[in-house]
Amino acid sequence: MLSEEEVKHIALLARIGITEDEIPKYQRELSAVLDFFHELEAAAIDDTASAGDIVGITNVAREDRALDFGNSGKEAIKKNFPDSKDGFLKVKSVF
Amino acid sequence: MIRELHNQLVSGAVTATTLAQKYLTAIEQKDGELGAYLTVSRESALEKAASVDESLKRGEKIDLLAGIPGAIKDNICIAGERATAGSKILDNYIAPYDATVIERLKKSGAVILGKTNMDEFAMGSSTETSAYQKTKNPIDTERVPGGSSGGSAAAVAAGLAVWSLGSDTGGSIRQPAAFCGIVGLKPTYGRVSRFGLMAMASSLDQIGPLAASVEDAAIVFSRIAGLDARDATTQSWNGKPFEEYLTGDVAGLRIGVPTEYFSKELDPRIRQATDTALEHFKALGASVHEISLAHSQYALPVYYILMPSEVSSNLARFDGIKYGLNINDQKDSTQETSGLLETYLDTRRYGFGREVKRRIMLGTHTLSAGYYDAYYRKAQKVRALIKKDFADAFQKVDVIFSPTTPEAAFRFGEKTADPLKMYLSDIYTVTANLAGVPAISFPIGVIEEAGKNLPIGGQLMGKWFDEETLLRAADALERQFASQKSN
Repeated sequence: MLSEEEVKHIALLARIGITEDEIPKYQRELSAVLDFFHELEAAAIDDTASAGDIVGITNVAREDRALDFGNSGKEAIKKNFPDSKDGFLKVKSVF
Repeated sequence: MIRELHNQLVSGAVTATTLAQKYLTAIEQKDGELGAYLTVSRESALEKAASVDESLKRGEKIDLLAGIPGAIKDNICIAGERATAGSKILDNYIAPYDATVIERLKKSGAVILGKTNMDEFAMGSSTETSAYQKTKNPIDTERVPGGSSGGSAAAVAAGLAVWSLGSDTGGSIRQPAAFCGIVGLKPTYGRVSRFGLMAMASSLDQIGPLAASVEDAAIVFSRIAGLDARDATTQSWNGKPFEEYLTGDVAGLRIGVPTEYFSKELDPRIRQATDTALEHFKALGASVHEISLAHSQYALPVYYILMPSEVSSNLARFDGIKYGLNINDQKDSTQETSGLLETYLDTRRYGFGREVKRRIMLGTHTLSAGYYDAYYRKAQKVRALIKKDFADAFQKVDVIFSPTTPEAAFRFGEKTADPLKMYLSDIYTVTANLAGVPAISFPIGVIEEAGKNLPIGGQLMGKWFDEETLLRAADALERQFASQKSN
């Protein structure tokens, strides 16, 4: 079973805030699913290559070019900004 | 049904506007109880219908789907419309652009009635993880419609849309179609553009149609399929509409029946229905062959490693910065925080529901240093073996038949307490996503539970990019069932 510390660590890596009283439930639920994964141990995979892609596709490259959404397109994007200042997206300082 | 409505539109027996109004009224009257829709777009639906009527008045030829009202799962973007994907984190999100499938549907003249309810970010098998509402199964309102495209399935089954779009990552089109007694198609990976679909697990997701008949599903599918420069996984297609392959002829078709999908534990009533379906196929001149998909036993653990891994990465974009919910309340958190980190933690803590958080955390764990080889890498290898099983099977047979689900629709709350129990309902559907093959679910009978006849679905899986054969076989069987009924 995952420890309290492990659950806290995973939650922080995942950028999900959790409270002390939520921890036991996550410990139980996540551990149950991780235990389920043990079924894979029986699979013989020594010589198997990884499934990189499944339908035989190849890389497609396009010209590195910016698309202009026009004014109405820009407004539609800006309308979804949680916070803005002078028409710019406002973000909390990183440092 | 679509062809019939199309003929009525062309002959002038009905106008697109009255047709749209009829469905909008049905939604008004019934959806309060059913909960299939999250948003109803009355104005734009009527506007589109009016433009189809204008074309008809001018004597122009209209597309088969023009003026036919449908519904769109809420994780697919329509410019100017709210798109929540069933999550509070996108409660106020207005999509700034059309998904490719929407662009194509609009071009064909299809009328879009609104956006349908779904499990939050398509994570669930009952639509119960939606942050907004429950959707009831129209056949028995005490039961779930399946998920994650539960709203899309319920809307069609209840007559609140002629067709709908869903998305399928591990069964999310086929399982609700089976539970609601309709048809649902998951196309080959790469057949339909995912541009404008909110990504859940990018190597598994596909958009597909739900409808009342195989032909209707084929008609909608033909309008959304094909190459798109904005989704590099899409492949070109000869453009021949899929509905034109539905000849009813399956003579000589080789149908594989995987022994692994018919275990002793399978509900005998479901086995009975699949046996009947196979008898019908034989009567039509198809042959039935026992095959093995030996690695299918690992499909669920492989799926529940790969999918959350991709989820954890795809859902990192919901961070309270560029769009959606933004919360920073610094209350009783266990983590040490600064301003920006606090915003991430709080936004995602309040914005996501439990199932989504569980999967993000699971995926974060399986991808983290020290666990990557044991989980993710191993699962990718087994995925290759699962795919090989299919390639080998398709040397011997043309399509593969199985039940869609191990049981009929279950009751609300029956599986919510135990995530693993819910995951097991995907047992027959996840393999098609892992292998990338197309798969369709269609009604093959009913089983009686507490006085209600609950539909069950049969599933056909086909070769990569061979939806033609899949649809032709499903359509032939549908006709056979219909002729049995009328006799």
